[in-house]
Amino acid sequence: MIKKWFTQFIRHIDSVLLATVLMILVVALMTLYSASGQSMAKVNGQLMNIMVMVGVMLLAANTQPQHIERIALPAYLFGLLLLVAVALIGDVSHGARRWLNLGVTKIQPSELMKLAVPIMLSWYFSKREAQLSSKDYAIAGLILLAPVLLIAKQPDLGTATLVFASGFYVIFLAGLSWKFIFGSAVAFGAALPVLWSMLHDYQRRRVEILIDPSQDPLGAGYHIIQATIAIGSGGTTGKGWLNGTQSQLDFVPERTTDFIFAVFAEEFGLVGCCLLLVLFTIIIGRAFMIASQAKNVFSRLLAGSIAATFFTYCFVNMGMVSGILPVVGIPLPLVSYGGTSLLTLGLSLGLLMSVHSHKRLVATD
Amino acid sequence: MGYSTELKNHQNEQHKFRIRLLILILLVLAAFSALASRFYFLQVHRYDYYQTLAENNRISIVPITPNRGLISDRHGVILAHNFFVYTLEITPSKTDDLQDTIADLSKIVEVSPTDLKRFKKLRAQSHTFESIPIRTHLNEFEAARFAVNRFRFPGVELKSRLFRHYPYGTLATHAIGYISRINENDLKKLKEHSELSNYKGTEHIGKAGVEQAYEQELHGVTGFQQVEIDADGRAVRVLSSASPTSGNNIALSIDAKLQEIAEQEFAGRRGALVAIQPATGEVLAMASMPSFDANLFVDGIDYDNWNLLNNSLDKPLINRALKGIYPPGSTFKPFVALAGLESGKRLPPYTISDPGYFMLPNSRHRYRDWKPSGHGSVDIRKAITVSCDTFFYGLAMELGIDRLTDFVRHFGFGEKTNLDIQGELSGLLPTPDWKKRRFKQPWYMGETVIVGIGQGYTLVTPMQLAHATAVLANSGKAIQPHLVNAIINAKTNAVKWLPHVVADQLPIHPDNLALVRQGMIDVTKPGGTAASVGANASYNIAAKTGTAQVVGIKQNEKYNEHAINERHRDHAWFIAYAPAEDPKIAVAVIVENGGHGGSAAGPIARKVMDYYLLGKLPPVVIPEGAELVVNAAEETHDATGLVEEAHD
Repeated sequence: MIKKWFTQFIRHIDSVLLATVLMILVVALMTLYSASGQSMAKVNGQLMNIMVMVGVMLLAANTQPQHIERIALPAYLFGLLLLVAVALIGDVSHGARRWLNLGVTKIQPSELMKLAVPIMLSWYFSKREAQLSSKDYAIAGLILLAPVLLIAKQPDLGTATLVFASGFYVIFLAGLSWKFIFGSAVAFGAALPVLWSMLHDYQRRRVEILIDPSQDPLGAGYHIIQATIAIGSGGTTGKGWLNGTQSQLDFVPERTTDFIFAVFAEEFGLVGCCLLLVLFTIIIGRAFMIASQAKNVFSRLLAGSIAATFFTYCFVNMGMVSGILPVVGIPLPLVSYGGTSLLTLGLSLGLLMSVHSHKRLVATD
Repeated sequence: MGYSTELKNHQNEQHKFRIRLLILILLVLAAFSALASRFYFLQVHRYDYYQTLAENNRISIVPITPNRGLISDRHGVILAHNFFVYTLEITPSKTDDLQDTIADLSKIVEVSPTDLKRFKKLRAQSHTFESIPIRTHLNEFEAARFAVNRFRFPGVELKSRLFRHYPYGTLATHAIGYISRINENDLKKLKEHSELSNYKGTEHIGKAGVEQAYEQELHGVTGFQQVEIDADGRAVRVLSSASPTSGNNIALSIDAKLQEIAEQEFAGRRGALVAIQPATGEVLAMASMPSFDANLFVDGIDYDNWNLLNNSLDKPLINRALKGIYPPGSTFKPFVALAGLESGKRLPPYTISDPGYFMLPNSRHRYRDWKPSGHGSVDIRKAITVSCDTFFYGLAMELGIDRLTDFVRHFGFGEKTNLDIQGELSGLLPTPDWKKRRFKQPWYMGETVIVGIGQGYTLVTPMQLAHATAVLANSGKAIQPHLVNAIINAKTNAVKWLPHVVADQLPIHPDNLALVRQGMIDVTKPGGTAASVGANASYNIAAKTGTAQVVGIKQNEKYNEHAINERHRDHAWFIAYAPAEDPKIAVAVIVENGGHGGSAAGPIARKVMDYYLLGKLPPVVIPEGAELVVNAAEETHDATGLVEEAHD
């Protein structure tokens, strides 16, 4: 009986995704152990986070996409409400207003929106499936921009960008016209000088430093210099696990969280980096496959957006640490230390599995 | 048929979707290839370079602080500059025993108890790995002696640092301001403005005056050296560097000589003077007396000096020009007169017959004129010249408080002048609305009456009154006053002139302006309330005297200047612009507890105008004219007892 129930339960698991994720997690825990100065406490903490993540993933994999569709609107509105609450009564920390204090616990509503926004948009387009008009894209744009602007105002530009990306992928996959995409890109380019002239001097400086950290060698630039040295000195095969001098000697900043890739690259070298890229590519490729096979609009849009967003995380983080992209506080999926990002990932991966396995069920039933 | 169309549509949709997916997949592959090539570049192509860096590592970033911009007066006289001094600094975390180190050190160079106190204070505020000065201003001999013994003192370093110096000490301190050590509050503000990394290595920041308001211009951009350091933390090799950019120099509108004359002429009395160029809003002098030596603050003021300044009854730390609020007294009358003319209510040949007091209809309360016997027949010009209270009581009542305040607001009363340094107060222009909000009480007609002579709740700062005088001199065109004329690039010497901001433009009929001006010119002629000020002047001065009450006087009491405590004596006001026909300078002077405006404040204004207009000081001795004695009793107002004490 229990055995039967269990097989029912795990049959929704996608073995390719799960295996790849587990491989990355093993490497991640090893890197974390090294980066944290060989602290088992940190590793155990992350193991707890991983267990929560796997649990969430299993639950999400067993939830039918129709049920997810049903909560799309309420979850989105709830998230929006929380964001407004944050703007009005949120706690200020480090000069930004991001947290909502519920008395017992603090929550960061922008995190919720990373999934609530693509789910909401996928649901919206699936409702309007029959005849999509430009009005629908305009409404979708509003659905997307409302939370993005609220988050950007906190200010949390990193998260705002990611939420925007996750929603934009949905709209893009839903068939947003190329004319509009190129048109707005050109319009944005044209508006840049105007926006620039509207900024305060210190805001401009902040943007300049964001684009070119070497302008701020005493602040953000220092991080990039040290991270680059760590990666470069790793060479082809790396210095070996626990042997990364840059990382062990405290030169790499934020080395268990946002900059953990620098530690990995120093100890495992180019070979390790390329293997990691391959593993990420497998996850992304598998997710795209799931999206292309999905049988209804909601499922395929959601799966496609999750895949593309996952890619965005990987690319932006590794690009930032290796010095080709601006420094924005974005963790490396599955590798960086931290429970929140793992939780969101678990949910995303679970949703992918659900889309895949329930497609089969619908098809055969 | 329908079903198949739908199916076809569905397939069509899915096809389009897959094309979009394909585009994303290509994007992923392109991006990841870019990453892979970046890794290849760093880890294979530049491997040797980074390997070497990591091997010898330790790269340290050493900030190079920029030179702070200089501050000069309008003619280039340097008022704030920097010079190098040797300082001895200790990094507590690098010393074996801090107490021993200091004890040994004091055998080589003198360490005074004051130095020790400051060191302890700074140490409590900083981290153990920061270096803290134990001695500053070492002479060459001391520096050399330490250098020889250096090996005995790990963690102690001789540094050469730029110090700020204000060569004229107390001159114009309230305008220039001063810099002092960066504290927690400053750090927080710097962080909010993302300026923190630009202040690495900088220890001082502007705390008051122009030094504070123009901090961003003056500070400059911090340079850096990326150096390799050995195990002891000493720089071995410079890998790359960027030189600092010096802060911009600032040219004030202040004329240092004029400022010096103004400050001297106060001769130890308390008060303030502001002189403005009416056409440009340039502040030519801004004195707040007594002043203090800004150099005391640069290095962290010691306890004794701080107590002395902070507890002094004369309050030298307060900038009276911006923060001193006083009733304007009779200096308010020219503005009220203009309101009367512009409203058409007092156009010539309107005259009153002054019995020496004014009464509201249905009231028996007498609002007394300063001259008990009255001024006889008075028109508007004479009302200004002799400062006739009775005339203005009636005018204020007829105008009503709202019309009166709406008009004079154009001269900047009740609002900040938006001078380009911080800390200005806005004074007060009372209205019924304000009184309701403030006291939850209705407005009484009697309160309107006394606003007519600048008493009651009305409060102004010397800066406001000087600005108002400048607006009057400039025929109603209000230029925002400012202390900084230009910002000069220290490297290229490129000069950026700051624009003159027109704050308000009140159209006034030229005839009315001329009438008020004539009344004000007569003030400095025989028969006027400040005849002595105008004596022997080669140009015409348009002026007005005034008195700000410190202590309210009861209805039947008489004010006796000599009988009361010096600090309860009235404050003396004097406003003027000259030459009256083509004004080049507008001045407001207050002498606290000076008594009468014409005799106490007027001569200061005269000397300032003489220097500015003629380039020389007037004869030192003021002729003791008969007018001076006759007019000394001017304007000892009692008003209604509602008069508030002047604040200082």
